[in-house]
Amino acid sequence: MTPDDALRTRLDEAWRDPPGLWGFLTTVDHKRIAARYIVTALLLMFLAGVLALDMRWQLSVPDNDHMGPQLYDESFSLHGSTMLFLVSVPLMEAMAFWLVPLMLGARNMAFPRLGAFSYWLYLGGVLTLWIGHAMDITPDLGWFEYPPLSGPTYSPGHRADIWAQMITFTEVAALCASVNIVATILKMRPPGMTLARMPVFLWAMLIASIMTSLSMPAIMLVTSMLISDRLVSTHFFSPAGGGDVILFQHLFWFFGHPEVYIIFIPATGFVSSIVEAFSRRPLFGHNVIVLSILSIGALAFGLWVHHMFAVGLPRLGNDFYTAASMAIALPAGLQIFCWIATMWSGRPRLDTPMLWMIAFVATFVIGGLSGVMTASAALDLQLTDTYFVVAHLHYVLIGGALFPLFGAFCYWYPKATGRLMSERWGKVALTGIVGGFNLGFFPMHLLGLMGMPRRVYTYPASMGWEPLNQVATAGSAIAVAGGLVFVANALISYWRGAPSGADPWGGSSLEWATESPPPPWNIAYAPVVHGLTPMWNGSRPLPVMDGLADDHRQVLITSVTDAAPLYRQTSASPSIWPLVAGLAVSAMFIASIFTPWAVPVGTLLIGITLTGWFWPRRPRAKQGPLGTGG
Amino acid sequence: MRRGAALAAFLPLAACGGIQSPLSPVGDQAVALHSLLMLSIMICGIVYALVIGGLGWSLRRRRAEPPPDTDARALDHSLWIAAGVILAGLIALTVGSFIADRALFAARGRDALAVRVTGHQYWWRIEYRDPASGRWIETANELHLPQGRTARVALGSADVIHSFWVPNVAGKIDMVPGRRNLVDLTPRRLGWFRGQCSEYCGAQHAHMALDVKVDPPAVFDAWLTAQAQPAAAARDAVAAHGAAVFAGACAACHAVRGSGAGGRAGPDLTHFASRHSIAAGTLSMTRGNLQGWIAQPQAIKPGTMMPAVALAPADADAVARYLVTLR
Repeated sequence: MTPDDALRTRLDEAWRDPPGLWGFLTTVDHKRIAARYIVTALLLMFLAGVLALDMRWQLSVPDNDHMGPQLYDESFSLHGSTMLFLVSVPLMEAMAFWLVPLMLGARNMAFPRLGAFSYWLYLGGVLTLWIGHAMDITPDLGWFEYPPLSGPTYSPGHRADIWAQMITFTEVAALCASVNIVATILKMRPPGMTLARMPVFLWAMLIASIMTSLSMPAIMLVTSMLISDRLVSTHFFSPAGGGDVILFQHLFWFFGHPEVYIIFIPATGFVSSIVEAFSRRPLFGHNVIVLSILSIGALAFGLWVHHMFAVGLPRLGNDFYTAASMAIALPAGLQIFCWIATMWSGRPRLDTPMLWMIAFVATFVIGGLSGVMTASAALDLQLTDTYFVVAHLHYVLIGGALFPLFGAFCYWYPKATGRLMSERWGKVALTGIVGGFNLGFFPMHLLGLMGMPRRVYTYPASMGWEPLNQVATAGSAIAVAGGLVFVANALISYWRGAPSGADPWGGSSLEWATESPPPPWNIAYAPVVHGLTPMWNGSRPLPVMDGLADDHRQVLITSVTDAAPLYRQTSASPSIWPLVAGLAVSAMFIASIFTPWAVPVGTLLIGITLTGWFWPRRPRAKQGPLGTGG
Repeated sequence: MRRGAALAAFLPLAACGGIQSPLSPVGDQAVALHSLLMLSIMICGIVYALVIGGLGWSLRRRRAEPPPDTDARALDHSLWIAAGVILAGLIALTVGSFIADRALFAARGRDALAVRVTGHQYWWRIEYRDPASGRWIETANELHLPQGRTARVALGSADVIHSFWVPNVAGKIDMVPGRRNLVDLTPRRLGWFRGQCSEYCGAQHAHMALDVKVDPPAVFDAWLTAQAQPAAAARDAVAAHGAAVFAGACAACHAVRGSGAGGRAGPDLTHFASRHSIAAGTLSMTRGNLQGWIAQPQAIKPGTMMPAVALAPADADAVARYLVTLR
């Protein structure tokens, strides 16, 4: 149902941000917040990619003096910390921020101001790490900083503190984001979208967000313990004082392993959406895929020890963690089967987003299989901490998460901008990135098997590692060049691309029901859903439900399992308080690097800002039950 | 025959081996892991071929319009087949992994040679028992092993976490401060091999290598007996001057048994010149390299714990002369 002009004007009036800078600082529009996340993360990805190229340059010949050990150590630490904490996870959250309300036919997230707050905190983490870098207090111990090397004895100064607080920032941000996504998916689905009719994308985002909220506390705990070892001389990780350095590794990987799946599971959501749309048939094995995601989510919490097989833990556990780590290949493999089966039984159209999915399968499966090899407690003793693992983790993260993300970017770009990206240049970029990546990273498996450990800034010529390192460097350079073509294509298409219309690909889910780009209020009426693929099931126009206010911000709340309408809720309007609270939290995190007094003083400050944020101004939060359902 | 065929299939991989590679196993433990590696590569290769084959077929196959009902049934059946194939591969790998894991500690501890290796930033302290006196004697950065006999190596760390990895002989085990780990090494082939620290341990993680020599038992016994001896006295006037300079400038950190030098912060240098390399595999053992190392350790290995000691050129030469007599 297309809204008439009068309705549009009223909705615009209710959902518009204040103009100018004030609007920029106060907005709670999920699309603007998500776009900020995406732009920030893409910029960081570029910076971290440049660092990677620099490191590849250093390694391309033995005994190279392009970089000294300190610069090299800072480079890989900054590269890893940025990519894992500031790019991968936030990008996936951003995609959820942008897409979840649109796919639900909802007008905003469940907690709009919390969304704004999570971005400001994420930005705080970004600035902490990179301003620290500009001031030459760059972390230099890798993306997991094991004590005692990161403890007060072996790392004086503030490099390790910057790393630990950057994590605290991003993890608080990730917790806020994931709570928001879970609440939105569970309580704001359109009438009729029962759990059984929920697209795989939403399942993926729901499960990844639940995993985030269960795993992040472990890393926040462990970085806080590290900070207090460094700041107030506790002895959590000092063997001499009765502490245990292995405790750090357990807590870190209890978060670190699920994190890999927190990055990968949203990617399976992208793949499911895109394969479905371009195979032009409903996804084969919807239930199998959803159950696979669920079981991956559960298993992910039971195999962190496979990062620690060389630590020398009791050998009885090895068999359990080996079996658990291998077991995860079953659901992952079944997902791959279901996507291929969808292509087999559909009529695949090979546009750029679909080509990314094919590149994803061909590349990710290599990473999955090398993962099965490292899952063996015995074999891992020859593979872990070598270039084999460097190859493995890049195949999983780039092949398994970034390729789907690039595909998703091409797929939803017309929805976000109203314009199509160039197919020709899209394919050029894809060829460069996928070809360069495989050329660059496949030889690293061999380098690992030839004995090259990771995190070495140079190696002697006598080891014979030079030829493969040069291939790796050449491949990485090609991949980065492909990435630049990708970005140029996106930028040029923003102004020059052909208009796309609301639904250029013939997608199956509700985000294609609204115009491109979506207006601030997303969609005029709440759609009513009767199946898994609402855009393919019914007649036009889509069945909708009327009754939401058009003169102020109002959203529809439905029940958790059946998505029956429960009540209308006032949605938060723009506010400066998320930014102010974010500044207070940032001040506390930064100051606690230097003095323990930051904690009590900062808590007080945060309390004041939160009081301002939640000061009651509205007569009531919700406006009576609807009387239907529930 | 089957072994030959399997070998031929992996010939390109075998060509990649070397003195620091799991692909050229010479120890019982590494052989067990190598078999598991080959099994894994074979199974993973087959699975990958199936996936790519399926993907290619799905994209290229001719399609009836509308799709026949048999398609849906075929897909349901093949889902189960896919699950079966994946499970079969996983079970084979899991069982293979269990078997290899058991093989790593199959040796009997009673007959084993006891060795202690302690990780330092960025070198290895190595201790054997003197067969004559039963006391622990110390050396550094060069591990000698008797062929065909298991050495049970007790691993520790004096500072941060390191990892002990001699891939041709066995898999890696971390060296964790406050803990003691054990690794069995049962080398079968003679020769020089190389190990390297494989847990990031600081600025010079890249230059923390370990020379490993596998000797026939008799040669090993002779070597150990020689190592247990105190250092020879200086043989000429220059070396004697060097010893005097060493006692003043170096002895706070380095020990030379038989002289007054007893420092424990750095490597024991009692039989320094008998070793293959200098500074944990950083330089080969030549007098020129040694002079360079004494003069400018921070230029050669930036971040090493060895400070540049200001010595007059003549004194530095004398120290080098003294050290190369410590065979």
